[in-house]
Amino acid sequence: MAAGAGALAAAPGEVAQGVQELAEVVSARPVGAYTHLVLRAPEAARRARPGQFVACGTGDSGMLLRRSLSLHAADPEAGTLEVVVAAAGPGTRLLAAKRPGDTVSTTAPLGRPFPLPAPGTPAVVIGGGYGAAPLPWLAGQLVATGSRVVGIVGAASADRLLGTSAVDEATALDGVADAVVITTDDGSLGAPGRVTDALPEVLHELAELGEPVVYACGPMPMLRAVHTTTREALGDGASTWLAVEESMACGVGVCMTCVLPVAAVDDDGVTRTRMLRACTAGPVFDGDALRWDAIGAAEHLRGGALVPDDAVGAPKATGGH
Amino acid sequence: MSTAIMDLPNTSVDLSTSIGSLHLPAPTMTASGCAAAGAELAPYLDLSELGAVVTKSVMRQARSGRATPRMAETPSGMLNSIGLQGPGVESFAAHDLPVLEAAGARVVASIAGGDPEEFGELAARLARESAVGALEVNISCPNVANRGLVFACDPGASRAVLEAVSEAVRASGRPDLPVLAKLSPDVTDLVAVARACTDGGATGLTAINTTLGMVVDPVTLRPQLAGVTGGTSGPAIRPIAVRCVWQLTAAKRAGVLPDVPVVGAGGVASGADALQLIAVGACAVQVGTATFADPSAPVRVARELGAELARRGATRLADVVGIAHEPGRGLR
Ligand SMILES: Cc1cc2nc3c(=O)[nH]c(=O)nc-3n(C[C@H](O)[C@H](O)[C@H](O)COP(=O)(O)OP(=O)(O)OC[C@H]3O[C@@H](n4cnc5c(N)ncnc54)[C@H](O)[C@@H]3O)c2cc1C
Ligand SMILES: Cc1cc2nc3c(=O)[nH]c(=O)nc-3n(C[C@H](O)[C@H](O)[C@H](O)COP(=O)(O)O)c2cc1C
Ligand code: FES
Repeated sequence: MAAGAGALAAAPGEVAQGVQELAEVVSARPVGAYTHLVLRAPEAARRARPGQFVACGTGDSGMLLRRSLSLHAADPEAGTLEVVVAAAGPGTRLLAAKRPGDTVSTTAPLGRPFPLPAPGTPAVVIGGGYGAAPLPWLAGQLVATGSRVVGIVGAASADRLLGTSAVDEATALDGVADAVVITTDDGSLGAPGRVTDALPEVLHELAELGEPVVYACGPMPMLRAVHTTTREALGDGASTWLAVEESMACGVGVCMTCVLPVAAVDDDGVTRTRMLRACTAGPVFDGDALRWDAIGAAEHLRGGALVPDDAVGAPKATGGH
Repeated sequence: MSTAIMDLPNTSVDLSTSIGSLHLPAPTMTASGCAAAGAELAPYLDLSELGAVVTKSVMRQARSGRATPRMAETPSGMLNSIGLQGPGVESFAAHDLPVLEAAGARVVASIAGGDPEEFGELAARLARESAVGALEVNISCPNVANRGLVFACDPGASRAVLEAVSEAVRASGRPDLPVLAKLSPDVTDLVAVARACTDGGATGLTAINTTLGMVVDPVTLRPQLAGVTGGTSGPAIRPIAVRCVWQLTAAKRAGVLPDVPVVGAGGVASGADALQLIAVGACAVQVGTATFADPSAPVRVARELGAELARRGATRLADVVGIAHEPGRGLR
């Protein structure tokens, strides 16, 4: 599906093998509105790559399901994973309140990582709010293979930003990426507006070096806008790799709750849409493969995705659904 | 592998059990729809160490399932509304079964259909697969001919489905293939439905499937699930499962139901939970929702169960099956 997918150095078909570890919290510190945690999970740290996530248990809280968090970094030598937690509800509040010496039950690394392009491919990495978490790690790998990398991080207001030294040095893209653009909806830091307001100019600049690849992580409306804006700016000319955040009961591919409608070319050359698991086929998807016409289409469902009528096995107008 | 598993000593308790002709070295299985095709759990447990893998209910054709959101977490439980997403029986037989067979897993294939004919066809097709050790008939799915009312809520419809399945199994050349009817707790008279299933030819029962629930989104004040209602699972429904297995076993003991094996399911997350279902009469248990938080749970629960029994001085699982019905028979 992806324009330029053939140029990928890392096989996007590779599936992560997760491992369960009881991780000790090595450090916990506030980063802007969020909490940065370092977790000792040596085996996961050895296997993890940017774009993958960790499913964290909430102990004996009574909450049944794990909470998924993007990996901010993994250090195989230190045997640690790093995450940035936004306290959104009871589960993430509990995780954000962890202190050194506490433990967190982890399953990681899960999902498919961001595919890396051919060495030297110019790249833009885009994060909305805590969605910037995986970007410095990804940017570091891209820069190491000779890419020029521009970061764009945005949020509703300055206090929700991540990935800029204006908030925190250690988790920032500054010093990793070649340039960093900041946007806030209310103009409290950086350029007033959305990340996608800054995107066309960055794309045109990078396109002079070669066909850029776009990476983004953040809420679904932002991912949609990144995809649309990229297509408007460069036509079919750049691939977009978008890390989605779907509600997940298991994170390991056994429950089928986290699906999205995704189009792919089958062996017979025909493109078909299937409801794919975001936890195993994603969380990183090719922006061209996502069926935007069906994603977020039912407003009252707050996010959700419909089953396109042409999807494999879609319900018929009459029948047993 | 999870630390929880490693820490438990191997006990000398005989945990083996059987469902008709299917012998199980361990009494825990995955629950249908909570382990996908089974292979997804291989990084977290040894599939051959499980009693059996119960696969996601498969239908004749590929199914997309429902729109999302498909899940809502509730106190000690969750709702799901998946809509039987799956690849269809031919893909299941071609791609999923060989993986399970190669892993040394015993397979209970769960089937679902819109009418008795579809169930019969699926049974005939899967009985041809030597990797399938038993069938589980998911009658908690909508009956096309009856405005989508689930078969399991209607003894006549349940019996018709089991007749079609057992007919197909008899004709398959594997007449001993165990057929488990999976019961819904959402009925007025559970024993009547169970009896209809055994009259139809079921040689075992699984209890329970999820119980229908609903959550309203606090912000939009609309149903939170795209499918409006969903099946409730997890520890929240464990007392209902224990009650159902108790009722089925009591009916067997009273001669109202034939003496068929009962597999317990519902809210099992530990060996102690499993022991409750076994004490009221289950000869094996399925671990469903607990797998979402701990993908090693189906194996862990069996090890914990062994430790629970050893602690009580029991040497055989079989000695405690149904013990709750016999006040005079006791363990320490
Ligand atoms: C792949 C992935 C990566 C993520 N990365 C991060 C990250 O790096 N940092 C971070 O702070 N958060 C991240 N999230 C979101 C985080 O998982 C949710 O905020 C969290 O699950 C909410 O749980 P809660 O108990 O705090 O809130 P509640 O709203 O009370 O949660 C209720 C239920 O809904 C589910 N849920 C609610 N919101 C979300 C959501 N946005 N995404 C998925 N499930 C949700 C929960 O798991 C839970 O089962 C990520 C989610 C996914 C799927
Ligand atoms: C996400 C999900 C999907 C399920 N899918 C099926 C299914 O396809 N067929 C079936 O017979 N039961 C299905 N079930 C029911 C379980 O097999 C089990 O009976 C029920 O969840 C109770 O057990 P638990 O509390 O251990 O999960 C499903 C349950 C869940 C949570
Ligand atoms: S979260 Fe369970 S299949 Fe993706």
